[in-house]
Amino acid sequence: MTAHRTAPAPRPRSAALTAALASATAAVTLALTACGGPAAESEQDTTGEAAAEVLAADAFTVTDPWVKAATAREEMTAVFGELTNASDTDITLVAARTEAAGTVELHEVSTEGVDSSMREKEGGFVIPAGGSHTLEPGADHIMLMDLGQDLEPGAETAVTVEFADGSTATFTAPVKEYAGANEEYEGDGDRGQGHEGHGGEH
Amino acid sequence: MRGRRRERARENERARESEHERGGGRSRPAGFSRRHLLLGGTAAGLGATAATAAHGLLGEAPRAAPEPPATELNGGLTVAFHGVRQAGVETPPQAHGTFLALDLAPETDADGVRRLLRLLTDDASRMSRGEPALADSEPELAAVPARLTTTFGFGRGLVERVDPGAVPDWLGPLPEFDHDRLDDAWGEADLLLQVCADDPVTVAHTVRMLLKDARAFARVRWSQSGFRRAYGSQPAGTTMRNLMGQVDGTVNLVPGTDDFERLVWGTGEPAWLRGGTSLVLRRIATDLDTWDEVDRPAREAVIGRRLDNGAPLTGSAEHDEVDLAATDASGLAVIPEFAHVRRARTDDPDQRIFRRGYNYDQRGAGDGEAGLLFASFQTDPSRQFTPIQRRLDELDLLNQWTTAVGSAVFAVPPGCAEGEYVGQALLEG
Repeated sequence: MTAHRTAPAPRPRSAALTAALASATAAVTLALTACGGPAAESEQDTTGEAAAEVLAADAFTVTDPWVKAATAREEMTAVFGELTNASDTDITLVAARTEAAGTVELHEVSTEGVDSSMREKEGGFVIPAGGSHTLEPGADHIMLMDLGQDLEPGAETAVTVEFADGSTATFTAPVKEYAGANEEYEGDGDRGQGHEGHGGEH
Repeated sequence: MRGRRRERARENERARESEHERGGGRSRPAGFSRRHLLLGGTAAGLGATAATAAHGLLGEAPRAAPEPPATELNGGLTVAFHGVRQAGVETPPQAHGTFLALDLAPETDADGVRRLLRLLTDDASRMSRGEPALADSEPELAAVPARLTTTFGFGRGLVERVDPGAVPDWLGPLPEFDHDRLDDAWGEADLLLQVCADDPVTVAHTVRMLLKDARAFARVRWSQSGFRRAYGSQPAGTTMRNLMGQVDGTVNLVPGTDDFERLVWGTGEPAWLRGGTSLVLRRIATDLDTWDEVDRPAREAVIGRRLDNGAPLTGSAEHDEVDLAATDASGLAVIPEFAHVRRARTDDPDQRIFRRGYNYDQRGAGDGEAGLLFASFQTDPSRQFTPIQRRLDELDLLNQWTTAVGSAVFAVPPGCAEGEYVGQALLEG
C-alpha cells in the first residue's frame, strides 16, 4: 500500500486517544492513501494524477475508533468509531480490511425487542456531507471475521477503509474488552464468503 | 445520539480551554456557562411557578415553590489529569474516595502491564474531562466529573513484575507495629487506583469503567470507599472531622510550600519515580461503641485538642501551636504524656507527612465497622511515616479505640503528558 498522503494534524481528541494508546514513536492517526482509482493498492505513485475533486479519503476522519477484544478462537469481532466527512458531498465507505482478519464486512444491526441480528449493509456506510456516521455496538459496524490472531486488550490494530471512489484511508484502533456487541449473524448461507459455522458470537 | 454527545463534549472542551483551573479551585463548571446557570435557575423558578399555577387550576392547594439552588453547580468542575505530577494528591480532597487495589494475573507480563496502564490512563484522562471512556457503555454517567481524579499507585509486585531492579527500598509492607491487627484481606496489592470526586455516582462509574478495562489483566484485591463532608457543606479548606468527632488533620503539610516539595515530592530515586511520591494507606477501625463511654473532657485529653474547634488544649484556635511544656495549676502537663498530639510530634522536621484520608462506615447484615481510611503521601515512608507510627504504637491513648486492620504501601509515579501513560518511565525508562 502506498501511503503518500498524510492527514493534517488530527483533532485534539483523536490525537489524545491515539497518542495515549500508541507507542510514543507511532503517534500517527491516519495515513491516507488517496489514489485516483479503484487500484488503490497498486504500487504506482498517483500523487500527480490526483483529480481536482476531493477524494473521499481526504475528507474522511475517524474519531475514537476501537475494536472489541477477541481471541482467534472466537473468530469474529468488530470495529467501531465515529466516521466523519469534511467535504460537501456524501462519501460512501464500501469496504474495509485489516491484517488481523481474513474477512471484513460492513454490517448493520436490526433489533426486535432485545434480540439483535446483523447482516451485511447493502451499499456500505454513507457518511453525509459535513456530517458523521457512527459505528457502535447495536448499530452499524465493521465486522472482522476469520481472525488470524488474538486481539488483546490494550493492543492496536490497523484498519484500512475503502471508499466508493476507490480512495482508501488507514487508521489505528485500540483494542478494548467489551461485553456487548453480541448480535447474532443472520446466517443464511448466502454470505458467499465461506464463514458458515462460525456461530453467532463475535 | 453519540454525535450530539460528542458535540457537547467538544463545547465543554472549548469552554475548559479558557476556564480551566488546575487543582480543582473554584472555576466555573466547564461546559456550563454562567448564563446557562442563571437561565437554569430562572427556568427552575418558572417551572415551579407554572406548577403552582397548574395546581391552582386543578383546585389543589398550591405548594410552596422550592428554594432555588443556593450554590452554583459543581458537577462540571474538572481537575486536569495530565501534568508533571498526578492529580489527586495536592487536589483539595473531594467528598468521596474509593481506593481500589488490584493484583496482576500471573500471566500479565511487562507488556501486559504496559497495555493495562495505557488503557487506564486513557480512561482516566477522558473521564477527568467529563467525557466517556472509549467504549463506555454508560457514557451519560461520565458527564458529571465533579472534580474527578484518578491517581495511580504501584505496589511492590507490579514494579518487580516490570523491573526488579527498580523497586525502591521502602516499597513493601511497613514494619510490624504491636498494636496493629492487620487482616491480609486489606493488605499489599500490585496496583492501586485512588478515585476521588465530589459526586459518589461519578466515583462508582469511574471505578466500574476502570475495572472493566483492568479485568483482562488483574483481579480486584480490595476496594475501600470513604467520604468527607459533602461538597458545599462547609467552606473549602475546613479540616475534616473523623467519625469520633475529632478535627483530624490540622497539622498537615501544605501544597505549594518548600516543605511539601521536599517531604512529599522529593523522591529523586529511582529515576522513574522522579516527580512522584508514595502512598501509605491504613484502614484504621474505630471502636465507636467504647468511645461512647468516654466523656468530653477525657476525649479532649486523649487527643490533646478541643473537640469544638480542634484547638490544642494549650490554645484557643485550631492552628495555634501546641505547647507541650504548659502545665496546669497543679503542675501537671496540660497535654498529657499519652495524648495523641504529643506522641505524634517530633523535633525532626523531616518526620512529617501529608494526610488525605477519608472516613468509612460500613454496616452489613452483621456488626458494622467504622473508621478512617488513613492515607498519607510522603517522599519516603520509612523515614517519615514509620518513625511517627512507632511513637504512636509505643504510647498513644487513642490506640485504645483505634486499630489498624489494613495496611499497604504504594509508589505513586509522576504524572504524564498528553500522549503518554502513567508509569511510562518505569516501563520504558
